Amino acid sequence: MRGRLFRDFSLFSATLAFFLLVGIFAVLFTYAQESLHTFGFDFLYTEIWEPGEDDEGGIFGGYIPILGTLMSTLIAMILATPIAMGIAIFLTEIAHAKIVKPFSIAIELLAAIPSIIYGMWGLFYFAPIVQSLFGGNGVGLLTAGIVLAIMVIPFMAAITRDSMNTTPDVLKESAYAIGATKFEVIKDVVMPYSKGGIIGSIILSLGRALGETMAVAFLIGSVMTLPGKITDPTTSIPVLLANNFAEAQDLEMSSMYYLALILFLVSFIVIALAKFYFLGRKKY
Amino acid sequence: MNRLFLNKVVLLLSTVSALIGIGFLFWILITLTYKGVASIHLSTFTNDLVEGGIRNLIVGQFTMALIATAVAVPLGVLAGIYLREYGGNSKFASATRTLSDVMTSAPSIVIGVFVFALMVDPVGTFNGWAGIVALAIMMLPIIIGTTDNMLALVPQELREAGIALGGSKHKIILQIVLKAAKVGVTTGILLSFARIIGETAPLLFTSANNQFFTMDLNGQFPSLTVSIYNLATYPDAESRELAWAASFILTMIVLLINLAGRYLTRNKH
Repeated sequence: MRGRLFRDFSLFSATLAFFLLVGIFAVLFTYAQESLHTFGFDFLYTEIWEPGEDDEGGIFGGYIPILGTLMSTLIAMILATPIAMGIAIFLTEIAHAKIVKPFSIAIELLAAIPSIIYGMWGLFYFAPIVQSLFGGNGVGLLTAGIVLAIMVIPFMAAITRDSMNTTPDVLKESAYAIGATKFEVIKDVVMPYSKGGIIGSIILSLGRALGETMAVAFLIGSVMTLPGKITDPTTSIPVLLANNFAEAQDLEMSSMYYLALILFLVSFIVIALAKFYFLGRKKY
Repeated sequence: MNRLFLNKVVLLLSTVSALIGIGFLFWILITLTYKGVASIHLSTFTNDLVEGGIRNLIVGQFTMALIATAVAVPLGVLAGIYLREYGGNSKFASATRTLSDVMTSAPSIVIGVFVFALMVDPVGTFNGWAGIVALAIMMLPIIIGTTDNMLALVPQELREAGIALGGSKHKIILQIVLKAAKVGVTTGILLSFARIIGETAPLLFTSANNQFFTMDLNGQFPSLTVSIYNLATYPDAESRELAWAASFILTMIVLLINLAGRYLTRNKH
């Protein structure tokens, strides 16, 4: 009897977890209806975001925040990938056993720092540096992209390290035995062996960068304009939502839900691709 | 010669990137400590936000995170138990596992939007309960994932021994399997708590913020992280100082909980 109850409770919890993601899709889709009907797919490449008179109607297009999201993520990925690979190689192939552990902990702590801290630190310490090096007024796509990169590096490095670590020692040793250098072992043995995991970690980090809100909110400038150059301020989907979602009305509100739906859908595809195609289900 | 040189270059570059990574950690921690400690006074802890302190913010943030934990832990552990001990490889269990795994990395701002639609829009006011639900939604998939994985590590023989003793299934799960996986599950809970205590995005338009001390979860609720976001963008020096102090304290809390989690599992690697 009690066993039955216990089983039912756990089934209930699992069902709740199942419907959570489905429920988020359903709610976003429902609330986005008005905007979906009004703008359809034109929404994706319309640059205008203008409420109508007296909050009636208006034209809303997601092109600017969508572009801002993609651009800042792209910059972050270009900068983060080589450094994260370097860190993973350092941890698996170069570092002395004694420093691997403390170093790994340091990298994981870096990944645990809340994103709002990265944002604030970036605003006061990093934006001035970007400004003096590249011009502009400090906040913009480039600054957001760089700080986003700093944020995803430890995350990407940790997963890449884990997949590189799965390379059997025998494979590496046989390569060393025929005179391969460390680099050749990494390039021709470790990399091919852990290819799936490495690509998976890059895509998963991409998913994280796409949906990052707070680090970017401080740094991207939060203005609804197209960036002419890389140092110009613009906005992204999460940042627009963070700053303007709660005050929006009617059609504008519905358009915000539309943007949230796009972000959720894209993240879902990216994350699922990384986790199930490349990283594979963790087997125990 | 050429390949030996290339080897040296690559190894050097890897070491340099490792130093860059560690450099950023120290850069961030040092500026945070320097700015934070200089801005902390006794009044920072005794005053509420309205008087230039963070007392109500810390209480508010912990209240929401703790209630969220109290909701998410039983649900998450039970769901994890179902997936591993009852569901096995059934279609429903695999689908739930997949969706929950994806939810672990879902953008936190979208969870805020979702909870706004369900719990703020209908009542017309930001409220602490909405913040709690948003945090619990963030936490749930993480706990399901760790519970599922940790139960999988428990040797099948332990379950069989339980059956041999004539234990019923739920007794075996609760008294043998869950006990064996206790450390791993606890660590998962600690790490997910460390993650939600530092979250900002899901709170922005659910619980929002409150300058005053309150325990009324039906109204706007004070939040440390949302306050940092607001304070850092105010032009006056005092607000910025308070933002640094709050950031320093938040980071210390998050890192300490993380280290505690790691300490628990220190012998497992």
